[in-house]
Amino acid sequence: MSSPATAAAPVVELHDLGRTFEGAQPVEALRRADLSVMAGDYVSIVGPSGSGKSTLLHLLGLLDRPTKGSYLLDGIDTADLSDAQRTALRGQRIGFVFQSFHLLSHRTVVENVMLAMLYGDTPKRQRHNLAISALERVGLGHRLDFVPTLLSGGERQRVAIARAIVAGPSLLLADEPTGNLDQTTSESIMEVFEELQSEGLTVMVITHDSVVAGRARRTVEMLDGVLSEVGQ
Amino acid sequence: MTMRPSGESHMVRDLPSSSVSIRDLFLEAVSALLARPSRSALTALGTVLGVGALVSTLGIAQTAGNQIITRFDELAATEVVAEGQRIGFGSGSRAAVALPWDSGDRIERLNGVVAAGTLSDVDTAGALATSVPVTDPLGSTAFDIPVVAVSPGLFGAVRAELSTGRFFDEGHDRNGDKVVVLGAAAAQRLNVTRVDNRPAIKVGEEAFVVVGILADVQREPSLLSRIIIPNGAARSRYTLAAPTEVHVETDVGASRLIAGQVPTALAPGREELVVVKAAPDPTQVRNRVEGDINALFIVLGSVSLLVGAIGIANVTLVSVLERRGEIGLRRAVGAARRHIASQFLVESTLLGALGGLIGTSAGILLIVGVSAARDWTPVLEPWLPFIAPIAGALVGLLAGVYPALKAANTEPIAALRG
Repeated sequence: MSSPATAAAPVVELHDLGRTFEGAQPVEALRRADLSVMAGDYVSIVGPSGSGKSTLLHLLGLLDRPTKGSYLLDGIDTADLSDAQRTALRGQRIGFVFQSFHLLSHRTVVENVMLAMLYGDTPKRQRHNLAISALERVGLGHRLDFVPTLLSGGERQRVAIARAIVAGPSLLLADEPTGNLDQTTSESIMEVFEELQSEGLTVMVITHDSVVAGRARRTVEMLDGVLSEVGQ
Repeated sequence: MTMRPSGESHMVRDLPSSSVSIRDLFLEAVSALLARPSRSALTALGTVLGVGALVSTLGIAQTAGNQIITRFDELAATEVVAEGQRIGFGSGSRAAVALPWDSGDRIERLNGVVAAGTLSDVDTAGALATSVPVTDPLGSTAFDIPVVAVSPGLFGAVRAELSTGRFFDEGHDRNGDKVVVLGAAAAQRLNVTRVDNRPAIKVGEEAFVVVGILADVQREPSLLSRIIIPNGAARSRYTLAAPTEVHVETDVGASRLIAGQVPTALAPGREELVVVKAAPDPTQVRNRVEGDINALFIVLGSVSLLVGAIGIANVTLVSVLERRGEIGLRRAVGAARRHIASQFLVESTLLGALGGLIGTSAGILLIVGVSAARDWTPVLEPWLPFIAPIAGALVGLLAGVYPALKAANTEPIAALRG
């Protein structure tokens, strides 16, 4: 899927990454994080609440800027980018899946998926076709014209996943994707992630559910802002 | 596989920035508005009222103004009255310039004059008027009826109509004949009902022959209760030094012109001493009426428009808070701050334009309705139906600025987590 010369380059590369929240008592939410995620990797990030998981997610998702260190996405040093460029990069290279789905309730399933391409340069007709094929990939080809309120929780999350992958991102970032789902549904969502990963997508899942975390090939643990690789 | 090959190196400046087409922006806004139809309708209501008030105000003012022109009192519009400037106050005042006895003739020579004549109060030194003696011990037979002296042209100038008899003429005037025309009320008091038997009345010791009785006087209705004698008789029997007023009837539209010429005709070289009263120009009257109505209702309309704008701003602001998740999501999928701001601006502008459109239609319906009820011809500036919805859109645009900025500044992190 990529040329041999660049196959070894990581999708995500963190060097000495840190994020301190200024205030009366500065909080070091993330300190000296080093991480390299290769294309096609499946990484789970676990840790108790307040450990800095979310901070890491926001940095990875280009929703926040680190206070020190560097973050390379697809080899691009994100520190050099303007806000507009970070926004564009985020739209093109990162797909988000959230705990609460964030679907527009008054728009159909296919429209919700097409939304991910609204701010890119994909022509409208193509957007529709891409959205349909993304929904077929997550097994929702039969729900195209439903509105989200008529779908089950698992189906909604599949729509959100289809939206996250439709623009062909380099990285799929999932924030507690099964937090609002029961065990059986969670299981099916995990299967979707595994399928996507087996097709070559890089997946990072933030979770506090050890079952979900256990499905990933690599697990990274956050504790008091310190990131460490588990097991192997 | 739609994935991008990873690991390739990009120059930062090569990153295509995110963009959204106007059409997509418009469609997003429309579907957002349609998602909450009743709220959108209520939000637009303020603009509907504001624009509706403005449109109907301007239209009704214009329609009414037009009505004033067509129904403008043609009587007043063709009247010019001139008199000498007064010196002093009250009963002790006198005219600064003596109007000539032939004022009527002088004025009638002007082009555009239909009729002209003088009118003067006659001082009879308190003499009472009596008619042919009737033996009625209970009834009074002597009356204090004011006497006025006129030139024969005055009857035409004030549009007097006779019920019986005739007006006195140039001959009576020149000869100083002692004839009178009685106003209807004066005739009734003096018990004169017919003139074919040449009835006589007396003012003090002076006897006059009644030649005519007035039925109606369209201008100067006070003449109906006067004893009217020719100038000639007034000069010879009483001390009338000069005519008091000159009344002129002009052609329609000529009153302003005549008013300007009258002083020269009456007092050449001393024009400034002649005071001329003419009806104001009908177009000026219309403009003034329109102006009065407009000023009031434009203020009202503007206030409702302002209220409408505040309404839109308010609801859009609430909307921004409610849709934080959506804003966060849009930011996550690559929307720049300006895209978020644009979307909310387009939404509020659409609401304003929609309200403006409905308001314009309602306003025009109201104008037509009022016109129909009053039997008027509806009049409307042709640009108004086009400008008004644009004004509504502008109101929406302005109202959307603050909420749009607020939306653009929404932090995606907080929005997505919340």
